Amino acid sequence: MKKIGVLAQQGAFVEHIALLRRLEVEAFPVRVAKELDGLDGLIIPGGESSSIGILMKEYDLVEPVRRLAKRGFPIMGTCAGMILMAKRISGWHLEPLGAMDMDVRRNAFGRQVDSFETALEIPVIGKPPFHAVFIRAPYIEKVGDGVDILARLPNGIGVAAREGSMVALAFHPELTNDLRLHSYFLDIVCGKG
Amino acid sequence: MDKGTWTVKCGLAQMLKGGVIMDVVTPEHAKISEEAGACAVMALERVPADIRDEGGVARMADPTVIEAIKEAVSIPVMAKCRIGHFVEAQALEALGVDFLDESEVLTPADESHHIWKHDFKVPFVCGCRDLGEALRRIAEGAAMIRTKGEAGTGNIVEAVRHMRAVMDEMRKIQSMPTDELTAEAKALGAPLELVVEVHKTGKLPVVNFAAGGIATPADAALMMQLGAEGVFVGSGIFKSSDPEQMARAIVKATTHYRDPEIIAEVSKGLGAAMPGIDIKTIPQDELLAPRGW
Repeated sequence: MKKIGVLAQQGAFVEHIALLRRLEVEAFPVRVAKELDGLDGLIIPGGESSSIGILMKEYDLVEPVRRLAKRGFPIMGTCAGMILMAKRISGWHLEPLGAMDMDVRRNAFGRQVDSFETALEIPVIGKPPFHAVFIRAPYIEKVGDGVDILARLPNGIGVAAREGSMVALAFHPELTNDLRLHSYFLDIVCGKG
Repeated sequence: MDKGTWTVKCGLAQMLKGGVIMDVVTPEHAKISEEAGACAVMALERVPADIRDEGGVARMADPTVIEAIKEAVSIPVMAKCRIGHFVEAQALEALGVDFLDESEVLTPADESHHIWKHDFKVPFVCGCRDLGEALRRIAEGAAMIRTKGEAGTGNIVEAVRHMRAVMDEMRKIQSMPTDELTAEAKALGAPLELVVEVHKTGKLPVVNFAAGGIATPADAALMMQLGAEGVFVGSGIFKSSDPEQMARAIVKATTHYRDPEIIAEVSKGLGAAMPGIDIKTIPQDELLAPRGW
């Protein structure tokens, strides 16, 4: 059985763990670096990106996760996770992980009163559209050559991307009952995606 | 694109989980909080300990203070309105505050009615002392709950009492046969459908934090082990002798709440925690937790 770690510094990690267990994989919270050992994949959840980033730094998780990213380890980031995985971040004072070659804008849609939910077409998971929940969400400003945009809002803004075995989502599949994006990530973990 | 929905309101509370929300009265406080790893700040004119000392009517903060704090940080900014004061709530929503706390720390504007929070696009957090109070607030539209504790005391005893009350009641409901749930809902003064939901899931339908009296990293971890999904720290940080260190330590203890070695480590050399108050020495009519119902 595949083992997936979910960074548990802060945020909605319990929701990811619950969805992963429904897909019959072992899922664990990761709070310190030694808990990264033996994993097949890693999820960086939604939460407050500055809290997660600061606690990753304090407990020496930044370099180990960067090393994993460099060797093509499967990592999926949602919302705050997407922010942390970017190479460059607007509206941010900490150093990002730089796992994916993309520019991301933090709190890009505005404050909480501008948070929204919408039906989102994501061709790689097929029909029907995914019910995407955006909370003080980021979006993708620019991507490098190796990065594919997986989904765009009707106005053309990129909100999901993939580079190698890494996936970044501006929204929160962990707040829905739709398992398709977690399945998509697990296919990558299993070398099928 | 739907904004202000129940999902996005509850969703923000879910994103705050495992985090520390800090009371701040200046942009400098807010920056210290953000850099220490706070997941949000509560913008106030006075922290609860000062409200308690100074007496008088405590109202929503001056919008100038809130705007300055919003400018200073990129994390969510919360603000408090008085219980039942829906116009303060409307004003705070218009300011673009991310979360409203209908709070017993301020002087209630209405002793009979809380705000009908479903009317707002901004999410609300409300205090509770027991499960019935929590479910009444959720029914009115609170997207997040916090146990009240006794704010501004630096004494954890009331926070523990309220968290245990909520958790014990939920365990009891979960193990009840379904035909007893109606009578239980009547006894709690809570909507039956929410009691049924607790029976099925064993937890509140929204996120539940602890508040009111957290003054040390160990206090924060205690509340997390008792079932809180995150903590509010009011006076505990900026009334301590070294707010920066205290803030960092409480953030770490909240994440690593099950790791006694880390809690011991972060508790070293923090200087003096805020001075505490024995609850028994507070006159009954000066207690904050009984405000609201």
